[in-house]
Amino acid sequence: MGVPAARFSPAGGLANALGWFTRTRRKYGMEWWIMIAGMIVILFVVTMTVFPGLFTRFDPNDQNAGGQMKPPSSEHLMGTDNLSRDVWARVVYGARTILGVAIAAALVSALIGIPLGLLSGFAGGTFDRILSLIMDSVYSFPGLILAIAFAAMLGPGVINITLAVAVVYIPTYFRLVRGQTLSIKEEVYVEAARAIGARRPTILSRYVFPNVIATVVVIFSLNIADAIMTEAALSYIGLGLPAGIPDWGMDLSMGKKFLPSGMWWMITFPGLMIMLLALGFTMLGEGLAEVLNPRLLEK
Amino acid sequence: MRHLASYILTRLLLAIPMIFILLTIIFVVLRVMPGDPVSAMLGDRAPLRVINEKKHALGLDKPITAQYVDYLGQLARGDLGNSMIFQQTVSSAIGDKLPATIELTLFGLLASLGIGIPLGAAAARRRRSGRDFGIRLYANVVYCIPVFWMGLLLQLLFGVVLGWFPISGRTSPRVTSSAFSWSGFYTIDTLRIGNVAAFGDVMWHLVLPALTLGIVLSGIFVRLTRANMLDVLKTDYILAARARGIPERRVVFNHGLRNALIPIVTMLGLQFSLLLAGAILTESTFSWPGMGRLLLERIYLRDYPTIQGVIVVYTLLVSVMSLVVDLLYAAIDPRVKY
Repeated sequence: MGVPAARFSPAGGLANALGWFTRTRRKYGMEWWIMIAGMIVILFVVTMTVFPGLFTRFDPNDQNAGGQMKPPSSEHLMGTDNLSRDVWARVVYGARTILGVAIAAALVSALIGIPLGLLSGFAGGTFDRILSLIMDSVYSFPGLILAIAFAAMLGPGVINITLAVAVVYIPTYFRLVRGQTLSIKEEVYVEAARAIGARRPTILSRYVFPNVIATVVVIFSLNIADAIMTEAALSYIGLGLPAGIPDWGMDLSMGKKFLPSGMWWMITFPGLMIMLLALGFTMLGEGLAEVLNPRLLEK
Repeated sequence: MRHLASYILTRLLLAIPMIFILLTIIFVVLRVMPGDPVSAMLGDRAPLRVINEKKHALGLDKPITAQYVDYLGQLARGDLGNSMIFQQTVSSAIGDKLPATIELTLFGLLASLGIGIPLGAAAARRRRSGRDFGIRLYANVVYCIPVFWMGLLLQLLFGVVLGWFPISGRTSPRVTSSAFSWSGFYTIDTLRIGNVAAFGDVMWHLVLPALTLGIVLSGIFVRLTRANMLDVLKTDYILAARARGIPERRVVFNHGLRNALIPIVTMLGLQFSLLLAGAILTESTFSWPGMGRLLLERIYLRDYPTIQGVIVVYTLLVSVMSLVVDLLYAAIDPRVKY
């Protein structure tokens, strides 16, 4: 212990945080900036979801916001759509839907995939073999097709679309966590825990799980990026959301109808937002990967 | 050769559990969740007696397990069954659409390789240069573009504004469809009868959809090529090639890229399922009459046998593609034997 055990003081804490900030920035260079850029994009969209009123004074469903299908102007930054609604207002309020669904879906898949992966990798045997076969089959199948089937069967609804997206990503967590568990299981410290008589639930929760979690954080961020695109895809095809909820994917499919007449603003902005948000989470994930565990994404 | 044949056979047999698992999931989901083909067909107001008669005729009044066993037995005989909504067999419904999807997917794959590999190689050649940074940025951005948005943007620019390419369908109305009855692959069919004008028309319709898939998936191939090239360029044989005075361009492309491509081929299998998912969205954007549109159409009608058939065919496509990739791998790398 070279560092004197200092009591916590706000100023000291801040200095420490700043020190860590600059040290990691120097150490990781480019990757660090990528992570920060990702965070900024995400924060921007999160602010949109929490305080939409700061960004626009129009209501996303107001059909008297301005004229019909007007190109962008100073009054309507992104123009108006076929129902005279303000496109920018729909973009702002639509952030809530896609971000909420993507994060919730990623959480649901993680909550199912991680425990299953832990158990499967730890227990081994027939249970592991059967579960792995199922997960691998789902994993190598185009996920969107499964999501389409689930979304169509469940019918429109925010919770339903979340579940449909979540189904696709359970194998992602399962495979990752199972693989990690298999290698951690052989570590000396797990053997030591077993030797001092720790029970299996204790070994799983106290020894294996904490060592898996760093990898999961990275995948979680990349997974949200993927889930964003899956959500947008489902609502673009017309599955998943009831009318009245502003959503970028739905606005794109609406804009598609008016594309031949050259209404470029109706498709440009919602799509741009989907891309930016997915890009934000990808950048955060890749930066985190580099900072937390440089070998992770090499494979 | 006997080894190869038995290897192919084993691999195809390994696809059976995968088909079985996915089919089971879909089968249960279709029947447990709300909606069924009879109410989709007759509406909610039909008298109960009519609904029940219809259900009985379709075998939908049996317990799920009995329906499941019946279907598997049928499938084991290679029969995908009949549509519950239309007077047609499932195989004929799919037979029309499958070539359209495969044609789109293959051209999309070609486009993404054609864009991704040269860019990846160029980035690796000048590591940490402005060009490298630009290409990596391109790869990351493109990967985050939703396929359907890419399609809409290309439609807007090249279809509506510039008017260079058509934005929907596989052919122009003036090209008669009787020319396409042979394989369903329009590129092959038009060439077979030697109709160059029709072939041109088919290719002309393929440009935007294939480019849509190609651009979006090229990001992955940029990253793969770049990473593999960087590894290869560090090896001794590259140093040896340079030492012998071989021009840098040849070192990079003949010695480096060839070896870097081997791991990329193994990754093709996995990317193929992304490509299929992208194809569904592209089909929907470009009104492309493929399997994705068939699936969407029939899912609304709750046409169980057709939906199940489409899932089986998609699974087979994924399995066959991963087999092809393995064989390709052996062809490129003589060290691999089966």
